[in-house]
Amino acid sequence: MNIMSEAAVEKALDQKMNTVPYKMIGKDVSVYYGEKRALFDVNLNIRENTVTALIGPSGCGKSTFLRTLNRMNDTIENCRVTGKITLDEDDIYDPTIDVVELRARVGMVFQKPNPFPKSIYDNVAYGPRIHGLARTKADFDEIVETSLQKAGLFNEVKDRLHEPGTGLSGGQQQRLCIARAVAVSPEVILMDEPCSALDPIATAKVEELIHELRTNFTIVIVTHSMQQAARVSQRTAMFHLGNLVEENDTDKMFTNPDDQRTQDYIMGRFG
Amino acid sequence: MSTSLLLLLIVVIGFIAYFAGRARSLAQSGGKLSNLHSLPGYHGSYVAIWAMLPAALVLGTWLIAAPIYIDGSTRAALPDTVQSQGGAAVQLALGQVKSVAGGLLRLSGEELSALENGSANLRSTLASKGVALAGEGEPYMVTVAQHFNAMTVANRWLMTAAVLLVAIAGGIYAIRNVATRFRARNQVERVILGSLIVASSIAILTTVGIVASMLSEAGRFFTMVSPFEFFFGTVWDPRFAAAGSGGASGQFGLLPLLAGTLYIAFVAMLFAVPIGLFAAIYMAEYANPRLRSTAKPLLEVLAGIPTIVYGFFALVTVGPFLRDISAQLNGLATGNYQNFIQAQSVVTAGIVMGIMLIPFVSSLSDDIITQVPRALRDGSLGLGATRSETVKKVILPAALPGIVGALLLTASRAVGETMIVVLAAGVAARMQINPFEPMTTVTVKIVNQLTGDLEFTSPQTLVAFALGITLFVITLGLNIYALYIVRKYREQYE
Ligand SMILES: Nc1ncnc2c1ncn2[C@@H]1O[C@H](COP(=O)(O)OP(=O)(O)O)[C@@H](O)[C@H]1O
Ligand SMILES: [Mg+2]
Repeated sequence: MNIMSEAAVEKALDQKMNTVPYKMIGKDVSVYYGEKRALFDVNLNIRENTVTALIGPSGCGKSTFLRTLNRMNDTIENCRVTGKITLDEDDIYDPTIDVVELRARVGMVFQKPNPFPKSIYDNVAYGPRIHGLARTKADFDEIVETSLQKAGLFNEVKDRLHEPGTGLSGGQQQRLCIARAVAVSPEVILMDEPCSALDPIATAKVEELIHELRTNFTIVIVTHSMQQAARVSQRTAMFHLGNLVEENDTDKMFTNPDDQRTQDYIMGRFG
Repeated sequence: MSTSLLLLLIVVIGFIAYFAGRARSLAQSGGKLSNLHSLPGYHGSYVAIWAMLPAALVLGTWLIAAPIYIDGSTRAALPDTVQSQGGAAVQLALGQVKSVAGGLLRLSGEELSALENGSANLRSTLASKGVALAGEGEPYMVTVAQHFNAMTVANRWLMTAAVLLVAIAGGIYAIRNVATRFRARNQVERVILGSLIVASSIAILTTVGIVASMLSEAGRFFTMVSPFEFFFGTVWDPRFAAAGSGGASGQFGLLPLLAGTLYIAFVAMLFAVPIGLFAAIYMAEYANPRLRSTAKPLLEVLAGIPTIVYGFFALVTVGPFLRDISAQLNGLATGNYQNFIQAQSVVTAGIVMGIMLIPFVSSLSDDIITQVPRALRDGSLGLGATRSETVKKVILPAALPGIVGALLLTASRAVGETMIVVLAAGVAARMQINPFEPMTTVTVKIVNQLTGDLEFTSPQTLVAFALGITLFVITLGLNIYALYIVRKYREQYE
């Protein structure tokens, strides 16, 4: 586990971002869907206990890159990944790696909330059950409670843990999905436009949550909202047509980007 | 003019009307289609419908009404001596007159006059022309037959004239309506709607008719045999239907047949459900698209094989195989090479019917499993679940109601199956629980009771309707319940 103390995080933040160690390293990552190439030699590193935002016009390969980080691309027919990606020095595309274990370490939250058609409790307990993270009922209860608390949902649902998760509002469903991901204690959480299906109030709650989660997790978030990237992230990576255009501190990215294309995109000149 | 020629003529008029309507609307549009409310094709169709539909209706009514009128008039022309003899005699005379009328048309003028003045024998003259007369033939028949022939000819001409007149009048009426702002499109829409409604009412009315006739025949059966004896009787022994004797001499217990039906269906489902379901899971979740696109149709070919073929398979392959292997097993275990599975048995029928049902189970379940949203799969895989954990814990529970519905539909098919059972389980109605012995089903007994010389007066034949309605209620119940479940499940993802 990679839980830093609150103080350590604050301290890390106070230092220049560059000194934070890398959690994941992507080197010359290219992705092909059949004949079509969707990513071109992307070199992007993900820093520990940092929120990294991926931005860029739609179809530029943000989701594709995100999915390479926990090998969700494996589930897509005809999809091929080249290059090297490591998680704490382990090459995640090594044939000996266990994908199932990898996905337990690198969790994922999707664009559309997708709770299972089960109770709230069973949704959160799903991961711990398949990975055998707890034995007794009490252990499970505790995992469920703390996960829901981390996702800021516990107080809203504590009286109806055994009602279906699909009965919650959209924003609550998305926070349930975050709780579900948190419950298996991943090291990295990937989020693909987690707020795009939510109203502004629910979005604000999820953003606040992302901010808090950073203490314990490394987060990579795809977003099409510049304001959101500016609000929640410390590092931002800009993609364009399958290429990584620029990666920088978020503050710098939105005030004084190095690349003209980034500037154009942020000013809303394309995309 | 013959009816088919007349029909052809109506179609020709329709074609002409179509092009005339089209041309007129085009001419009125002044070269700009946007001036028209409806496209020229709609105007053409509108005119063609007016030309053909009323004419066809007139033709249809005429074809039904004319023979009734002609028969009545011919009957009235029969001599009083015949009319006074009553219904059956009149009917007989009418039949003879009609054959005479057919024969007269083949005679030459001289032969006809010879008949009229009585110098030739009616029967032999007609026989020489290949028309056999049932009786000797009376002299009056010639006159009445001539009256009949005259009316038939007149009728033809009248009908032709009327139909053509209506066709042309309809066409002209419609073509005068064609104008730039005329809403031909909406009119055509109404006709299409009407024909769709007619088609569906035909389908519904036939169903209602079938059920009603079954009910009324079953009702007659229950006047001879009490429903209590039928529904709760444990012995099926209808005896023979002695022609004419209406006495309820046999025993009509439904239970042995119902037990056989449900038992065989149960064994079949026991066989088909796991295999079909696993095949569906493999096809939907694991197979790559190439394999899927070849294996799925192949599996569905099984559904296209006529069930009688499965019956052969049971009779010549599965049955003897089970019998022989059971003899071997028995020999190995006890030293006595006596088979304990009969060639015709519940298991034989169950297994073969199960094979028949596999494609139903697999293809219905496959559809339902692939309907489970991809997001749920991704959610589970993204948490680090394996594919089989995902199937077991997320996909199957989500698809369960739909799968249950599919299984109920399959079960109703199993209950209605006949051919496989006749050949694989025999026709002996027995009430027992050994799956290695023959038993039989409701459908088999329906066929059994309805083969041979029939008279629908004895309980031996009428019982088929009582059996039929019982089966109908069972399968209808299963189907309605299945549809209800499937529908409820559909809404879940919307
Ligand atoms: N499953 C897929 N099969 C084929 N092409 C895909 C698939 N998913 C994405 N692509 C293509 O890859 C490119 C990048 O897509 P994506 O990563 O989804 O973009 P973004 O998330 O930035 O909008 C697009 O051109 C898209 O058409
Ligand atoms: Mg995307």
